[in-house]
Parts: sequence; structure tokens; C-alpha cells
Amino acid sequence: MACELLSVTGLTCRFGRLVALDGVDLALPEGERRAVIGPNGAGKTTLVNALTGAVRPVRGRVRLAGRDVTTAGPARRARAGVARTFQTPALADSLTALDNVLLGLRRGSGSPGRRERVLRALRGLDELGIGGLAGVPAGQLGHGQRRLLEIAVALVARPRLLLLDEPAAGLTDADLPQLLAVLGRLPEPVTVLLVEHHLDVVTAVADTVTVLHQGRVLATDKPTMIATHPAVAEVYLGKPERPC
Amino acid sequence: MTGRRLVAAGMAGPVAVVLLAAPWLFDGYLLYTTARVLGIGLLAVSVAVLTGTAGLPTLGQVAPYAVGAYATGLLARAGLTLGPAQLLLAGLAAAGFSVLVGLAVVRTRGVVFLMVTLAVGELAAEAAEQWQGVTGGTDGLTGIPAAVAWPGGPALVGDRELYWYALAVSAVAVGAVALVLRSPAGALVRGCRDNEARMRASGHRVTGYLLATYTGAGAVAGIGGALLVTTQRYVSPADVGFQLAALVLLAVIIGGAGSIWGALAAAGLVVAVRDWAAAGVPGHGPLLLGLLFMVAVFLLPRGVAGALPELVRWLPAPVRGGPARAGDGRAGAVAVGAGREVS
Amino acid sequence: MDSYLIPVVNGVAYGLLLFVVAAGLTLAFGAGGVLNLAHGSFYALGAYAAAVLTDGSWAGLALAIATGAVAGAAAGGLLSVGLAPLARRGHLPQALLTFGVALVLGALLVLAFGPDDLRPAIPSILDQSVSVAGRAFPGYRLAVIGVAAALAAAGWLVLTRTRTGARIRAMAADPQMLACCGSNPRLVLAGVLAAGGGLAGFAGAVGAPILGAGPRTGDLVLLLSLIVVVLGGLGSVPGAFLAAIAVGQVRSVGVVLVPELAPYLLFAAMALALLVRYRPVRVPAGGSPPAAGGAP
Repeated sequence: MACELLSVTGLTCRFGRLVALDGVDLALPEGERRAVIGPNGAGKTTLVNALTGAVRPVRGRVRLAGRDVTTAGPARRARAGVARTFQTPALADSLTALDNVLLGLRRGSGSPGRRERVLRALRGLDELGIGGLAGVPAGQLGHGQRRLLEIAVALVARPRLLLLDEPAAGLTDADLPQLLAVLGRLPEPVTVLLVEHHLDVVTAVADTVTVLHQGRVLATDKPTMIATHPAVAEVYLGKPERPC
Repeated sequence: MTGRRLVAAGMAGPVAVVLLAAPWLFDGYLLYTTARVLGIGLLAVSVAVLTGTAGLPTLGQVAPYAVGAYATGLLARAGLTLGPAQLLLAGLAAAGFSVLVGLAVVRTRGVVFLMVTLAVGELAAEAAEQWQGVTGGTDGLTGIPAAVAWPGGPALVGDRELYWYALAVSAVAVGAVALVLRSPAGALVRGCRDNEARMRASGHRVTGYLLATYTGAGAVAGIGGALLVTTQRYVSPADVGFQLAALVLLAVIIGGAGSIWGALAAAGLVVAVRDWAAAGVPGHGPLLLGLLFMVAVFLLPRGVAGALPELVRWLPAPVRGGPARAGDGRAGAVAVGAGREVS
Repeated sequence: MDSYLIPVVNGVAYGLLLFVVAAGLTLAFGAGGVLNLAHGSFYALGAYAAAVLTDGSWAGLALAIATGAVAGAAAGGLLSVGLAPLARRGHLPQALLTFGVALVLGALLVLAFGPDDLRPAIPSILDQSVSVAGRAFPGYRLAVIGVAAALAAAGWLVLTRTRTGARIRAMAADPQMLACCGSNPRLVLAGVLAAGGGLAGFAGAVGAPILGAGPRTGDLVLLLSLIVVVLGGLGSVPGAFLAAIAVGQVRSVGVVLVPELAPYLLFAAMALALLVRYRPVRVPAGGSPPAAGGAP
């Protein structure tokens, strides 16, 4: 389909005997904001890893804008327009925030000119409210700042698909509003898939929610409908008591 | 000046001053020895770049060093005595060797890389001994004619001439390495060292970058080998053996992995200690080397260059300067003891 | 064809000896998390024990082998003590410390016994050719094959039939298991290093008539063991077995067939193993790559 950015069919991932994903189907139209939720062990991070190419599926297909990328590794998919953040922010700790963002721009010393790339990187930092940290080595930043920096690194490459792996994890209540503001301001054309536990983030960001359970898709619907979905409640809370 | 710049100047300054003043300070033999050691110094720089900047600890740079050394010897014996041409060809030969070896070796990381490069270094030493026809076996290559610094120039035989030549070549090589490390290319390599997953997730071809770094480091080592042969006009397996790999790695640990000035200074220091020990207590050189190694591993997690920034903190603020600027590669974050493994 | 039979047999003896040594090295890496670069020196301890303690009698030989094994085990145990303070700092500092120990041990051996290669004196019965199926074989090498094979079989039984063995295999297969399992990692490391050291010392004494005892012995055995471990797969004992047999053949038959190419053959084999086994690192969740370096 022309406007479907991400199409996942029958995705199955195994680690030894453990089946982490079992025949997952997913279709993201361009520009959609999708949240993936589920109890621990549901396969959410494996899904992100499979979408970015860090993990190879044993079965199934991943298509990006119609192109089959199932066997492509992380670097190739990144060059095709996929960006991701990690559960623990993955940054080059000995380099400054600015240098980290410049690395996200991917070019070596080629075109466009160095000056323009630096300006673009600084703008990227400013848009996330951390412009003042440009000269600070990433290793010296606080957790919330690292989280924002990693999002800046992901966004500066102008990705078509942005995968966020539990961006709210480890954030204090004080840091949360800034993250929510950033997630609310993500550029329109970017398709976002967000793995998250924190329901405030889910309801603030997502148009649609997919629930994963034991490697399978349990339900896909609007956030409000998911909250009242009986199967979802059962998975999170256990079977309701039967009236005598 | 910022804290890091201070440290760099602190290391580079004395080294540069001593090296420049040497022809007036040192006697003939010491000058000649220093010229020889400059070749080893380039080998140390090569190891420092791989171990510190790229996060790939190595015991195998003696292999391209040997390739450069023997190539120079063979070229000189075949009639090519123009120094710069020898350097260029030796560097190319070493780089070519490194590219081929690197294709296999650069896929590994950390301790596995150390293990594999140890094998590479040892196998190279063994090849130097076995390949009688080319390398002269255990006897080595003799009868190497003196080089000339420029076409039609005088033969480089005197201590002073050899020293100036070695110093000039080293300065150019080290300068080039420093420039590259400062450039965006250096940041790419440091990014790979710090967080390979992030680099891949941003679309970088990590293995390609590391292979390029490995090749460049090989070229530098090869030029060091060429310098060695130009100065001593002889090369044998003993010059490129296991002990040298150990010595150079020790120098890099002491000098702080990733700090090329530290590596140079420490290389000179370690060679001096070894020769002094060999003179004072004959036969105990390897023992001293091993003990120093153990001590260094325990006491100097980041090498001296890594420890100096800690000392800088005690300086008053105006002297210390602002926050550290990135891109100078001396963080030593993955140096010997940071405890964070690179994969 | 016949003329190659003896090198092949020699190669099997060589390979089995290497296996006994390399098994300790690969287990130390897999289950203990330590790349023990002093392993070659542990072998050398046994080799020098044989050179010094054998006098042509069986008692001398037995004493030499026992001394070698004990010396190796003791050295391994002491090494684990020295490594303990570095455990926090990761694999690389530990490997570098073992490297320093290797240098020191090697230097001490040369200081104690001189720079020349020493040869042990084995009982004259073993020194003769033995007739098997009408052909003459070097007696000692056959004996080595017997002993090493028996040791390998015993080791295999321990690894596969005992609980300790199962635990060690589990840890070697999955380095991240080190932290859990309820075992004290220091104890595991001490055990694996001592056992590996003992095996290396044993092999050194038994192998001294073949490989000699000299300044280069430890380095050579370390190099070959490392190649065996890379070829066979880190932490894999069956892999080490196959690789050791292969390397043994290259070092004996290969040296006869193509003497100048032998070092390159080994390197080519290692390079091939690396190319096949080490693909670009696949990243598990959270962005932290596996600790051992590369994804096998």
C-alpha cells in the first residue's frame, strides 16, 4: 500500500527455545503515532530490535516504504530512514553532546559543509531544550538529559520511522514534563513507534495502541478503547472474579 | 587553556624540548640510540591509536612494523636508497598487510582482539625467522646501504644526520596522526569505541571505520619499522619479536592509551629503563619488563596521561580553564582500567 | 604414503597435548571470564620440571609429571588470587595482568635454568620404536597419545557426567551466567585456573621430550593454544579438541610438506574461523553489547 510506511508480517523471533515474537503483524501508515504496550517479557524490545535489524527473525517480513528490509542490518536500515533510541540511552560518553548529534548526522567531512552541519546539530539540541549542553561530554549528563540527547541524535538524521524504546524509563517526575513536551512536538511526517510502560506517555503521544502478550498481538485500537478492552485487562490484572 | 590542553601541553612540551635539544645535549651514542628509539616510538603511537582511540587493545602491531622494516631493508639492498621513497613504500606495504589481516581481525573486540593480534604478532615473528630466502632467517638482513634524505644528497651515516632525519620523519608522522585524530574522522572512531550500537543505529559502517583505522595504524607502524632500519641498517627477528610488542603495550599503558604524546614519552622511558637495567643487571630485562607490566596494570588504570587530568583538578580555576572540549581523544575512557568493555 | 604415517602419528600426539592445554585455556575464558595469557608459562613449568627431574627412571618421570601438575595448579590458583582485585575493572586489565605474569614467569625460568633448550631424560623403553601392525612408530609419542587420550576421556566424563562439570559447561556456554547460578565467581575462577594450570603443567612434563623446555616453549604453546581456542570457539571444549588435532597435523605434517608455509597455514585457518564466526555484532536490548568481544 502506497502510504504504509512500515509493514510487518508474520514476524517470529526465537532465542534458543524461547519464542520472543510469534507471528506478529503490524502496519503503520505514514505519520502514525503507535504505542506498543504489554507486560514484561511480552516481546516489546525484541520487536524494536527486529525492526531496526539488531535481531534477525526466523520467519516473517519487514517492509519499509515497500522495500523489504528483513535481512538488512542496523546500519543499512538507519541509512534507509530508521532511527531508534535504546532503553538505556546509547551515547558516546567521551564526546560532547554536540559531537554526539553530529555523529547522528552520519556524514564524514563531506557535504554539506561543516558549518551548516554544526548549525543543524545545534538547532536540533535547541529544539529539545538542551542547547546549553552542547559542549558538555555526554558522560557527564544526567539521565534525563541523556534521554533527550539521544532523541536529538535520532531526530537530526530526519528519519522516516522513529522507534523509541521506553523513553520514560528511569525518568523522575521532574523530568517527565519535558519529555512529554518533546514527544508532543515531534515533526509531523515522522512515523513513530513507541514502546512504553508509562501510561501518561502513551495517552499523550499515541493515536493507536498495540498490546503485545507473550510475543503475540493481543489487540490494536485507540488508547481509550484499549483501556476498557477485556482481554487487555485480563492480561495486566488477571482473570476477573466469577460471581457465585 | 582548558584542562585537557594543559595536560597535552604538559606532556608534549618536555618531550619536544628534549628532542629538539638532543643534538647538543646527547653524546653520539645516545643520539644514535634516540634515533633508533624514534622508530619504536612510532610503533608505540600506532598501538596507542588502536588501543586508546579505537578501543582495540593490540599486541600485534609488530607485524606491520616488521613488514615495513624488512621492506625497507630489501628495497635498500635492491638499490632504492632514497629515504622518503623507502618510507612511502614501507608504509604502503605495511598498510596493505594490515588491510588483509584486518579483514579477519577487525571483526573481534576487546579481549578477543587482544588474543588474535597476539597470534598475528607471533606468527609474523615466526615468519621472519622461517622465510630464510627473503628475510635472511635468524641472521637477519645485513649489508643494507645507507639511505639518502633527498636525491643526490649525502649518505645518512653520521649520528647527527640520522637523528635529524628520524626526528623529521617522526614529527611529520606524529603530526599527521594528531591531525587525523582531531578531525571528524577521529570523532567517528571514538564514537565506535564508546558505543558501537549507537553508531550502527545511526547508520555508520563501524567495521569499515575500524578497518580503516587498523590500516592507518599499520602504515604508521610500518614507517616506524622503516626508520629503525634506516638508522641501524640491520634488521633481524630479534628486532621485531614478542618482547617488543610487550614493551610497546606497556609504554602505551603507562603513557595513557589514546595519548600519542604519552605513548612517545613512555616508549622512550621504557626503552631507557630496559637498557639501563640490561646494563646494570644483565639478563634481567624481561623480568623487569614483566614486573613493570603488572605494576602498571594495578596502579595506572588510565596511564599517566589519564591520571594527570585528576591532578589538574587541584589547580586554581583560572589556570584550569573551562569545561573540557571534545575531540581531542585523550579522555582515555576506555583505557586500560575503566572497566567498561568494548565489544 | 608410508613416509607420512609417522608425521601423522606425531601430529596426533602433538594435537592431543595441545588439547589438554587448550581445554584449560578455553574453559578459563568461558567459565572464568579470563583470558589467561600465562597459560603457556604454566606449560613451561611442567616442561622444565621434566627436564630437571627426569633421570631415565620411571620414578623420575612420575615425579616430574606430578611436580609439573602441582606447580601448574598452584600457579593457577595464585593467579586467581592476583586477579581478584581486578575483577571490577573488566576483562582487559585481567588479561593484561596475566600477560605480565607470563613475562615474569618466563624470565624467572630462564634465570633459574639458563637460556638454553633443555631435554629431559626418559626411560629407555619409551625411547625406542614400537612395532604396530608391522610398522615402526616412535614409542614415546604412542605413549603420549595413550596418556593424553585417557586424560581427555577422563576430563570429558567429568564435564558431562558430574554436576560441577555441568555447571562449568553452562557457564562456558553463556558468559552472562557468571553472575548468577549461586556460585561464587571467585571460587569458580580459582578452580578453573588451578585445574587448567594443573593440566598445562602435566602436559608440559609429558610433552617435554617432544616440545623441549626452553625460553621459547611457553610462548610457542601459548600461541598454538590461542589459535586452537579461536578455531574451536571460545569456551567450547569439543571445538578445542577438533581444532587441536588439526593444528597438530599442520605443525607436523604441514611442516614436512610445506615448511615455509606452516605459519601462514595456521594464520589462514584462524582468519577463516574469524571470518566465519564473527559477524557484525548484533545488539541485545538496552544497547550494551556482549562483554566477551564479538558475537561468536
